[in-house]
Amino acid sequence: MKDFRYLDNTAILRLNPEKCIGCGNCATVCPHRVFELRGKKAVIIDHDGCMECGACATNCPAAAIYVNPDDGCGCAAYIINHWIARLTGTSPKGCC
Amino acid sequence: MARVGSRLTWRDRLGTIRARFGISRNRYKINPGLYCMGRPTAKSPVLVTANYKLSFDALRQELSALDAWILAVDTRGINVWCAAGKGTFSADEISRQVTRARLAEIVDHRELILPQFAAPGVAAHQLPKKCGFTGRFGPLRAADLPGYLANGKQADERMRSITFSFGERLVLTPVEISLIWRPFLLVTLALFVFSGIGPDRFSIANAYSRGLLATGATIMAILAGAFVTPLLLPWLPGRQFWWKGLLAGSLAGLGYILFNRAACAGLEALGLWAWIVAVSSYLAMNFTGATPFTSLSGVKREMRLGLPVQCGAACLALCLWIAAPFLG
Repeated sequence: MKDFRYLDNTAILRLNPEKCIGCGNCATVCPHRVFELRGKKAVIIDHDGCMECGACATNCPAAAIYVNPDDGCGCAAYIINHWIARLTGTSPKGCC
Repeated sequence: MARVGSRLTWRDRLGTIRARFGISRNRYKINPGLYCMGRPTAKSPVLVTANYKLSFDALRQELSALDAWILAVDTRGINVWCAAGKGTFSADEISRQVTRARLAEIVDHRELILPQFAAPGVAAHQLPKKCGFTGRFGPLRAADLPGYLANGKQADERMRSITFSFGERLVLTPVEISLIWRPFLLVTLALFVFSGIGPDRFSIANAYSRGLLATGATIMAILAGAFVTPLLLPWLPGRQFWWKGLLAGSLAGLGYILFNRAACAGLEALGLWAWIVAVSSYLAMNFTGATPFTSLSGVKREMRLGLPVQCGAACLALCLWIAAPFLG
């Protein structure tokens, strides 16, 4: 998204061009328009715009995309709950 | 099978407001299954959504000129985006509802229109094998659905791009504030107790008067971090949310101690200011979970900076506040 930028060089997003079959699913589903189909392959055109939602990886039939697999809505309280749960060995509370 | 209209009644609108304020939000759901909108035929499109009533209402109010089938999948009353992230809005769940509704006997075509926000949870390419229907991702916003369908189911860049306008940020603030009422009560209780500590061991008069000051500061911090920061998000300097909240809190804190300069000054005022900065920064940082553009990796990274600052400022504030009566 052009209006709102978050932290650069942080999102964990990897596209394997060798596995890519050029179906264009990633370019369709990405809500931040991170991907573009160029010829027969998808390319990442805005890596820093990625919010790690995983829509691309979920919809890649060739499993060519890797996104941060950690579960989390990305809210601080949820992450803190997880850190505490890991320290105390209990299960984390759900999200809002 | 239920027929639904596109017009929202005052009850629906009241329900929307309640949900936005976090009142019974977890129970605001409809039965999953197939619904008719207008007078759909075997050729009418099938639109898939979540069984959170807010999602359902947001969809149907845009369809006044359409005849369509609406398939509400069981997301336990959670909205499309969160359910997709959690995995409850999935190809499996869609298949379950398609089978349960016997959709193949109702429509001639074999296509489901899915909300684009469901993509993190729905591997659409798995649908044909699971239920015999293909899944096609429609636009992000229900308002664009009529245009999308009229345009041969083609979505342009705008239809597929997220926005986060002032209005979109504003509607998120009530629930953010409603989620903190329990911690707020606990903190307020603690602040009243701490406020009474002094050279006479415990003074109820102090607990009351100083407690009120401290609680006012907390409320100021909530307004700065959970209301003003989200609204002014693009204009507050810095990319990290804890920093934006710190700035907003600094100004709010300054305003608060100036307003109350008759009642407290010096170290006490500094303590109140530091408290407002800490709480505002934390609440702003927590807002990351409600935005459509922050990444989990990014939030973890900024928490490593923000949390120590917030804890440090809160500790300083508490020390100053408790020590002040002893220092005359």
